[in-house]
Amino acid sequence: MNKILLVIQREYLVRVKKKSFVVTTILVPIVIVVFYAVIIAIGMSGSSEKNKIAVIDQANLFNGKVENAKRDGSQYVFITGQSPDSIKEFYPKMGYDYFLFIPPMDFSQRVNNIQLYSKSPVSVTLKSKVEKTINNAIEQKRLQSANISPEQYRSIKSDISIENKLKNGKEEKKSVAGVASGVAFFCGMLIYIIMLIYGTMVMRGVMEEKISRIAEVMVSSVKPFQLMMGKIIGIGAVGLTQFAIWILLIAGLQFILPFFIPGLDASAIPQAGPTGGMAGTMGMMETMRTGLHSVPWVLIIGCFIFYFLGGFLLYASLFAAVGSVVSDDQQEAQQMVFPIMMPIILGFVIMTKAISEPNSPLVVFGSLFPLTSPVVMMGRIMYDVPASQLITSMLLLVLGFLFFAWLTAKIYRTGILMYGKKVSWKEMIKWAFRKS
Amino acid sequence: MNRLEVKHLKKYYTSQKAVDDISFSLAPGSIFGLLGPNGAGKTTLIRMITGILYPDEGDIIFNGQPFNPDKDNAYIGYMPEEKGLYKKMKIGDQAIYLAQLKGLSKATAIERVKQWFIKFEMQSWWNKKVEDLSKGMQQKLQFVTTVLNDPKLIILDEPFSGLDPVNSNLIKEEIHKLAQNGASIIFSTHRMEQVEEICDHIILVNKGQKILDGTVSGVKQQFKENIFSIGLDSQPGPINSPAFEVINSRDEQLILKIKEGFRSNDVLHYFLQQQIGINSFQEILPSLSEIFIKLVEGTPLTRQFETVTA
Repeated sequence: MNKILLVIQREYLVRVKKKSFVVTTILVPIVIVVFYAVIIAIGMSGSSEKNKIAVIDQANLFNGKVENAKRDGSQYVFITGQSPDSIKEFYPKMGYDYFLFIPPMDFSQRVNNIQLYSKSPVSVTLKSKVEKTINNAIEQKRLQSANISPEQYRSIKSDISIENKLKNGKEEKKSVAGVASGVAFFCGMLIYIIMLIYGTMVMRGVMEEKISRIAEVMVSSVKPFQLMMGKIIGIGAVGLTQFAIWILLIAGLQFILPFFIPGLDASAIPQAGPTGGMAGTMGMMETMRTGLHSVPWVLIIGCFIFYFLGGFLLYASLFAAVGSVVSDDQQEAQQMVFPIMMPIILGFVIMTKAISEPNSPLVVFGSLFPLTSPVVMMGRIMYDVPASQLITSMLLLVLGFLFFAWLTAKIYRTGILMYGKKVSWKEMIKWAFRKS
Repeated sequence: MNRLEVKHLKKYYTSQKAVDDISFSLAPGSIFGLLGPNGAGKTTLIRMITGILYPDEGDIIFNGQPFNPDKDNAYIGYMPEEKGLYKKMKIGDQAIYLAQLKGLSKATAIERVKQWFIKFEMQSWWNKKVEDLSKGMQQKLQFVTTVLNDPKLIILDEPFSGLDPVNSNLIKEEIHKLAQNGASIIFSTHRMEQVEEICDHIILVNKGQKILDGTVSGVKQQFKENIFSIGLDSQPGPINSPAFEVINSRDEQLILKIKEGFRSNDVLHYFLQQQIGINSFQEILPSLSEIFIKLVEGTPLTRQFETVTA
């Protein structure tokens, strides 16, 4: 037992002390946060840009004044007494960026001959801003001609989102499909990535021991099983450390960043468009808030930790077995790894299906089968999985891990001492089921 | 009490009898040569003694007790033929780690590593990585890590490969010192001159079976062919004696073989009668290398696979 601790300690410290570990651990969250900041910054700079637009309003649509013009960052200048053709020629020289021409028209008809002139193609955002401004103005005109006040209009206009209530037995509760499945999907994906990245790390560690020929020295002092489990647990701990640091750093940076980049906090982000859009955003925020609030965090985090550990341990032992049988050939390693990758990828595919059909037979099977359950069950966990299925799935995962650990330990102890010979699947199976 | 007794050890693989009923014993302080052609089963035998493999049959008695790898590993040092260390790990840390795995406490491990590093003038290596060392330096380090736990049984498989004569001698001296302090050493190599120089006892293994067992001088006596070298003060004429025949001659130096039923005195007598002065007369014992080739000759160069019915 003491020896396995020594092995864990070494595997952990060697990796944590590596420069590449420090670099990725610190850089990744910084890159994420900076990326996020840059996106926001770009979004903001887009809206702060002043577009000077020359307008000839022959239809008198705006009555010489554009409401909310400042909010969308454009400046409309109305020009009278000049022909559209001459403005079309000279607007850049007059200091305008664009020229908007509204010919005389009847607003009760379909409107389709308004033109915006520019030197280069206009951006989608500017086009939609101008369109929105014009649409609002036309709506106003039409409301006026129909004799409807803006208040009446607002009370008529409908903007709903359906609330999904779940009736399951005696309990009735709100379903927050979007948020919950988002969180669950994210957790499933995280487990998928962890199993791949850290599984391969275990495999490379085993290969390193085999290729550098230290394996034989090691197994003369520790049991192969201790060596294998020590490596797996040590690398698992590295993974947990890395994730813990990432979460802390991202949280910390998001807290600190607004102080360095003024105007980055939420209140400064401009609300898009007039009142209608505003309400929409508010509604979405509200759903998001109640959604996050109603996510059963204890269940999610509990399951995440369980399936993370279970999935990692199970796959890490498979990766360790593969690492022990390949000789020093990278290509051979890739070939041997493929059969292990397949169930992981399959799990991921089933999980994407779990979001839309959480109770289809395939998904239920996938969430019970130990090779896919860590990923699939995470994707399914928000859709009221029966306790019996959850317990069965967890139990099967534990049994699956014990079975594969037993099996792979036998392959490992033979494979790690074989040099220069390519091992076939048949031989591996023979080793696995041979009495020791 | 013997340090190690191996009794009727067997290990069969599906296609080979790797070790087929081998027995030997090893006294404290003795240096024991384990010889045999490639594929004779030496590595399998060693792996069973170090607890890496379990024997199919037979017993290993270590210090009078049945061998228990978990407990007895602490008293065994093993330097395998396929040598290796963690390439990216610092040398000091690595030596301490390997010593701790042998059951030493951290403090003792550090102390021992420092002692050995001073002895082998390796202090400046402490913070270097193994990949920065030359092959010979790695070999030296490997030897140090093997003996850090002050083992009672040391198994060295080709310990001098890649070492220059100076470092070879350094390690040879240490091997002798360790043996004087009571450690038993199993030394496996193909370099017969090293075996003659270092070992007091050898066994020869071929095709999984022990074909020779004895002290180095005993074995040589056993395989001697009554060949003598004689130095004369003048060139002899045609030689015609019932007692011996000349195998080889160069000027006044003759190599001759004494025939069955005659003694060396008969040779001397012959030359005295011929009035030829004798400067030297010496028996030529076969080298281990010759004995090895003689015994193993006829064995196919690579071992054939066979079907085992156990």
